[in-house]
Amino acid sequence: MSGFLTPFRQAVRRDLLLAARHKTEVITALFFFVIVVNLLPLGIGPDADLLRKIAPGALWIGALLATLLGLQRLFAPDHQDGTLEQMALSPQSFTLLIAGKIMAHWLVSGLPVVLIAPLLGVQFDLPARSLGILTLSLLLGTPILSLIGAVGAALTLGVRGSGVLLSLLILPLYIPALIFGAGAVEADLAGLGFEGHLSLLGALLLACTVFAPWVTTVALRVALE
Amino acid sequence: MLSVSHLTCQRGERVLFRDLSFALPAGQWLQVAGANGAGKTSLLRILAGLSEPAAGQVTWNGQGLRKDRAAFHADLLYLGHQGALKEELTPLENLALSLGMEGFPPDEAKVTEALHRFGLQGREMLPARYLSAGQRRRVLLSRLLLRPAPLWILDEPFTALDVHAVATLCQLIENHLAAGGSAILTSHQTFSLPAGLSVTL
Repeated sequence: MSGFLTPFRQAVRRDLLLAARHKTEVITALFFFVIVVNLLPLGIGPDADLLRKIAPGALWIGALLATLLGLQRLFAPDHQDGTLEQMALSPQSFTLLIAGKIMAHWLVSGLPVVLIAPLLGVQFDLPARSLGILTLSLLLGTPILSLIGAVGAALTLGVRGSGVLLSLLILPLYIPALIFGAGAVEADLAGLGFEGHLSLLGALLLACTVFAPWVTTVALRVALE
Repeated sequence: MLSVSHLTCQRGERVLFRDLSFALPAGQWLQVAGANGAGKTSLLRILAGLSEPAAGQVTWNGQGLRKDRAAFHADLLYLGHQGALKEELTPLENLALSLGMEGFPPDEAKVTEALHRFGLQGREMLPARYLSAGQRRRVLLSRLLLRPAPLWILDEPFTALDVHAVATLCQLIENHLAAGGSAILTSHQTFSLPAGLSVTL
């Protein structure tokens, strides 16, 4: 089993090492998230009830946009310098190598967002229980964003003006994750229980984990031709 | 043995070459010649299995390339134009990571030795963006010493190399052929290798 996952681990390690050499890119995405989420209370004013209501949606939309920021650079540099070619020609599974890259993207852009979200939620006057649910929903949801995003990044690879196209392609696909993620907190506040929403989010994550790396690989092979 | 039968390559409306057939037995090398834009790189990419020909087929040891991709890729070392060198990583890291991705556990001592063989002493720990074009090429060529494969496909391997490095590379290719390997390369430079096959596009 460990042998089977070796290419996955190799790809994760490689991309984390590269991210460590590009610290600014990592920090930019995180600061973008913090600033976008901070602008809302400043713009809306100190109405605690209203802020509490919009908090889950605001944090989730911030997370969506922050993920989108790093997606363009997920495959483009590797495409340019020939690394993707090398990966496609590797005797090891191309799909697992790509899955590793997606995992590294989540570790670099998704995980920091999840970790800092409770802190930002406090500004919206969310109670501790809601903060916990929100963080849990982001923990389940941000990997979905990276997985679906990778498919879009692969499809738009090498296309002129791919940044805008990527957003148009991917943001609609993020809607289910957004609805169930942000909805979990609201459902709990309304006394309906949050488990259903999180279960659906979990199911979505499983489906994406199985299919997204594979679809991404197919799209990348087309882009390499 | 690599054999190619009735290969046709089309890029958009333009046919680059048609009905190309040849065979490359073990221990032989093949030079792909032709003017700029004649389709040399396109041919090499088809031979490596990166792109599909418009017609015809390529077989390695009697098997179609897509039948058992992993087995063919285990036998193939392909060095393209760009060669996957990360500017922010050192030569040592670059080679270790690319070997790891191909499933060959990197041994730091061996990687260092290969870099020395190509005259990169003292550059092992320098980020690749500080290297000259020729030095980058040498880093990429060091893979030839580290990753065993019977079939080498090298796209313009002599570009930017100095006389000394060209001699080293020729020596390597000769050893590879003597050990029963085969090689396909394109080049516009002059270099000395024992007589081989040639295809002109």
